[in-house]
Amino acid sequence: MPDSRRNIRLADGYRLQWEEAQQADVLLFPEGMVQLSSSAAAVLKQCGGNSAEEIVQALQAEFPDADLRDDVLEFIDEALTKGWIRGD
Amino acid sequence: MATDTGGPLWLLAELTYACPLQCPYCSNPLDFAAQGKELSTDEWKTVLRDARAMGALQLGFSGGEPLLRRDLEALVAEARRLGYYTNLITSGVGMDETRVAALKDAGLDHIQISFQASEAQLNDFIAGTAAFEHKLAMARAVKAHGYPMVLNAVLHRHNIDSIGDILDMALELQADYIELANTQYYGWAWHNRAELLPSREQLQNAQAVAEDYQRRAAAMKIYFVVPDYYSNRPKPCMQGWGRVFLTVAPDGTALPCQAARQLPGLQFPNVRDQSVRAIWKDSGAFNHFRGYAWMKSPCRNCPERERDFGGCRCQAYLLTGDAANADPVCDKSPEHGRILETVARAQGPRTPVREVPFVFRNTRNSKALCSR
Repeated sequence: MPDSRRNIRLADGYRLQWEEAQQADVLLFPEGMVQLSSSAAAVLKQCGGNSAEEIVQALQAEFPDADLRDDVLEFIDEALTKGWIRGD
Repeated sequence: MATDTGGPLWLLAELTYACPLQCPYCSNPLDFAAQGKELSTDEWKTVLRDARAMGALQLGFSGGEPLLRRDLEALVAEARRLGYYTNLITSGVGMDETRVAALKDAGLDHIQISFQASEAQLNDFIAGTAAFEHKLAMARAVKAHGYPMVLNAVLHRHNIDSIGDILDMALELQADYIELANTQYYGWAWHNRAELLPSREQLQNAQAVAEDYQRRAAAMKIYFVVPDYYSNRPKPCMQGWGRVFLTVAPDGTALPCQAARQLPGLQFPNVRDQSVRAIWKDSGAFNHFRGYAWMKSPCRNCPERERDFGGCRCQAYLLTGDAANADPVCDKSPEHGRILETVARAQGPRTPVREVPFVFRNTRNSKALCSR
């Protein structure tokens, strides 16, 4: 069943950036930060207003050899719960 | 005896000790009025650049009241250009809509506004100035300009019972986060400690209310910072001395935490004389309580030392007279009784707030305390 969530984007005040000193992407927010795994960063980089299905498709195109759908949707759930991203 | 360490991740830039508020729990040093000349814009820019080059990522502009610096927008712009996440920690006094917008244009990520209470009378009494209505207006302006809204309220025995009203106010303002921070007893708060520490009953009631709102108000993140006097284990203060945090005071003194300046026997380096890298890596003061070799018993052999680093050096100094002792919050400390005595004294009835002999944080009182 297609996932119906749309317009997924980073929450207000959240910023994603590559951090040379840590050799990792980090998520920055008021008075906090998280070092991201490369897969978490890959999903968050797609969160610029895409729907959940568009995010899956984009990542599937980038990594055609893996079946990413379940993992990506699960991460989107987790990131929504943590308030990192918002969606309609 | 340098310990191998990464760079600082957090930089707290205390731009000025000047402040229009007089909160009697301020964390600034009692003798702030006697401190040296503030760093210039260019000196601050050098500090920002050097700390960023070492990997510092979160930047707090604090004070005093940082809005009193007319170069705040320029410093925010430079910080953002360097890649910091920029936090402004403010009373809201000195802010207007134009400035909220200008700071947004400069790239400011987040504004945290402090409240002293949920209503004007108590708020303005504690702050020592009529600020409450303006704070409300500025909180709304912050939200309207697309910042995340973060509110902060310092709790003590005269406002902790109205925690529900504080949370209702935060909900009404549509805050994204509210930090309910129990007073930490350094600086002015140490001086006024007897009049600030809540009773155990007050604390338990407040904690229950905060937990209730945490369940019901899912859209707002609520942080309740427990006062460590009511704990039997110390907090991992600053996540360890010289491990993660770097504070630079208004006159350029570099400190492992805001309160460290009071510790005797340490020569804190100044960014006017040395690079941030040299200060962080090589200075005696930053290496003094790094690692575990400095610890005394019971910390030295404690299996929890890697979790809490022996607690807070300033608290050890203030309560036991020796900063190398275990933080007496810990019930393994032979001096834990000093915490228990203080807590026992806080169980009595509450004096009406206007009758409390607070020593308010202002220049006059600071000068009087220095001359003692």
